[in-house]
Amino acid sequence: MTDANTIVLIMAGIMAFAVGVYVVLDGFDLGLGILFPFVADHDQRDQMMSSIAPFWDGNETWLVLGGLTLMSAFPLAFSVILPAVYLPIIVMVLALIFRGVAFEFRFKHHPRILTWDVAFSGGSLVATFAQGVVLGTFVQGIRVVDGRFAGGPWDWLSAFSLMTGCALVCGYTLLGAAWLFWRTHGALQERARALLAPLLLGLLAFIALVSIWTPLASPAIAARWFSWPNILLLSPVPVLVAACAYAAYRSLRGAPSARPFALSVGLFFLSYAGLAISLFPQLPPPSMTLFEAAAAPESTSFLLPGLLVMVPVIVAYTWFNYRLFSGKDHADSSYEH
Amino acid sequence: MDALLLSRIQFGFTISFHILFPAFSIGLAGFLVALEVVWLKTRDERYWRLLRLWTKIFALSFGMGVVSGIVLAYQFGTNWSEFSARAGHIVGPLMSYETLTAFFVEASFLGVLLFGWKRVSPGMHLFSTAMVASGTLISAFWIMSANSWLQTPAGYVVRDGIFYPADWWAVIFNPSAPLRLAHMVMAAYLATAFVVAGVAAGYLLKGRFTTLARPMLALALAMIVPLAPLQIFVGDAAGLVVRDHQPAKLAAMEAQWKTEVMPLRLFALPDQSGGTNAYEIGIPKLGSLITEHSMDKPVKGLLEFAPEDRPHAAVVFWTFRVMVGLGFLMLAIGVAAVVLAVRRRLYDSRWFLRLLTLTLPIGFIAILAGWYTAEVGRQPYVVYGLLRTVDAVSPVAVNDVALSLTLFVLVYLSVFGAGFWYMVRTVRTGPVEVPLPALPARSGRRPLAAAAEAGEAL
Repeated sequence: MTDANTIVLIMAGIMAFAVGVYVVLDGFDLGLGILFPFVADHDQRDQMMSSIAPFWDGNETWLVLGGLTLMSAFPLAFSVILPAVYLPIIVMVLALIFRGVAFEFRFKHHPRILTWDVAFSGGSLVATFAQGVVLGTFVQGIRVVDGRFAGGPWDWLSAFSLMTGCALVCGYTLLGAAWLFWRTHGALQERARALLAPLLLGLLAFIALVSIWTPLASPAIAARWFSWPNILLLSPVPVLVAACAYAAYRSLRGAPSARPFALSVGLFFLSYAGLAISLFPQLPPPSMTLFEAAAAPESTSFLLPGLLVMVPVIVAYTWFNYRLFSGKDHADSSYEH
Repeated sequence: MDALLLSRIQFGFTISFHILFPAFSIGLAGFLVALEVVWLKTRDERYWRLLRLWTKIFALSFGMGVVSGIVLAYQFGTNWSEFSARAGHIVGPLMSYETLTAFFVEASFLGVLLFGWKRVSPGMHLFSTAMVASGTLISAFWIMSANSWLQTPAGYVVRDGIFYPADWWAVIFNPSAPLRLAHMVMAAYLATAFVVAGVAAGYLLKGRFTTLARPMLALALAMIVPLAPLQIFVGDAAGLVVRDHQPAKLAAMEAQWKTEVMPLRLFALPDQSGGTNAYEIGIPKLGSLITEHSMDKPVKGLLEFAPEDRPHAAVVFWTFRVMVGLGFLMLAIGVAAVVLAVRRRLYDSRWFLRLLTLTLPIGFIAILAGWYTAEVGRQPYVVYGLLRTVDAVSPVAVNDVALSLTLFVLVYLSVFGAGFWYMVRTVRTGPVEVPLPALPARSGRRPLAAAAEAGEAL
């Protein structure tokens, strides 16, 4: 393998990391928003929002990093994928506007609190669903001719992409409930405990569905998983999924802890790895590879040092922030600034 | 209507909203640092209350800036995919560095700024506020570098229609970047200072919060008095860069059609197809003096460029005049403030206070007008002289863009309208009393020691 290809793989790894961090961090934020209708009590809603108020902005910044790293490191992929999912992306950014401003607006005007509750929850739900549709469209493949998107405006709309939209809603809601189980107390925590088991089962069902659907739809994916010796080498993935889910289910019975959250993140990681195994090295599938889509070395060699230095620094102060605002009592982050 | 025109309208619409929030956030973050420093030094409770009032406004502005900024990052792909494919090698890393070195800094320390009063020491809190403020400036540095590269591209090579970086130093510090950065940051501080001055003047006129409004007004004017003349000076220098690198844009800014000695046109109705001006009023030779610093040097006219290479003169001419006119109004207000301050009439001169309430938004109007001058003046290119806007657009359906533009208009007007209204409400409610946080004894620890302690607590 050439050095240039190594750099491409490193960039792809960093981008995958940024997207993965986004999915986990904004995943629980958005999931918490989706859970709003299941929590009627206003104080509990305040408690929910306060538990993520200091973090949501930083969490959403990973979405910007992921998008811009794609543009910088894989400009051809960026220029092909985004037009293919035009409407889902527009709907997603608009939904994120409603979700984001609700943090500030909700506490500014009590007579209108219901309006901003709806904006927060609806925005979270729609943004999540749109992200799932984008994922599904990506997995199914994007029509490319001469390095340009050559499909139609509704190519993204399919049974599969709608299913992955629902799957992501289920997954983010699981993360949100696991976060509440970990970081809140009292009645809200018990509510989260009750919601976790069905959400966990739901996510497992979606993982199974994707695992059956994608190899049936794509012979290449079937060959990747079921040819010898891959079938042996890759067998830990489904085994670990089952183990994670079982451990998460068990942890619901005991004293509240971070364990369901960590294990849910584990399920996300394994699903993400599964998709990467199915699709590597296509970016986007089916006709472009990440080596073809990659930026020129003179561009990546400028960006790579910045990423290698700054991403650990960012992880460090993200961690600092979560430590600072740890603990279950968030009375002081309830928008009295 | 085609996808290109609608995409241009959409980008212009979304960036016009977006630019207001980061500009306000840059200015307000600096203002918050100043208030917090003065408060910690003097222990004067008035500054604490002002700090809390403007923190609320800052939180609103910053939140709206974040969500409207994500729209822009993704629009490069959804609507301008050809631009991303061709210029992504250069513009992409610049914006990635903005995210890496600015957005995460702002987002993380914002949590401490807004919610950390009881969790960190005063020194650590001030450090966080300063980090947010420096994050806004670092962000301005990268985005102005990227935007200036579109105006005055440098340090690149073109292969098969794609821009590749050849010299990153030349890319980042392209010819117009340093002055345009200075111009933009000063515009942000001025715009914020006029808002603060307008709010303070409003309080004084109504006799509300007068003891707090006075230091507020003084701080705002302390910013306006030196910056207003300096901004005109920097703007003139930036104009000389336009003259040297973007002659078609300069000709459009001045509605100069023929290459000849240029008057300073005060009024004109440029006729794009006819290549002339109607109802022109100008001061002879003064335009050449300003632009060329010589009374009898001719200035290149738009007719020297092919019709399809000319920016729209009427738009650029008038937006430029609005910006410059407001710049001189700011200067006049600064001069008046000095005169009144010398006569000790600053806080009770009702005409001046009323004027300040009227000029509250002029900084933002000037920013928008200047932005349109720069961006419309760059047309018909997205990368000046090299990549036409028509070749930068995505292969998307016109109906999709019509739908998205409609959604953007509806959502922006309602959501950001509500945000604007909440800002007005917050100002009307005013600097209410907030319990003081516990401060260490005066003679005790210095902020740095407090910061070290916060570090140990981890």
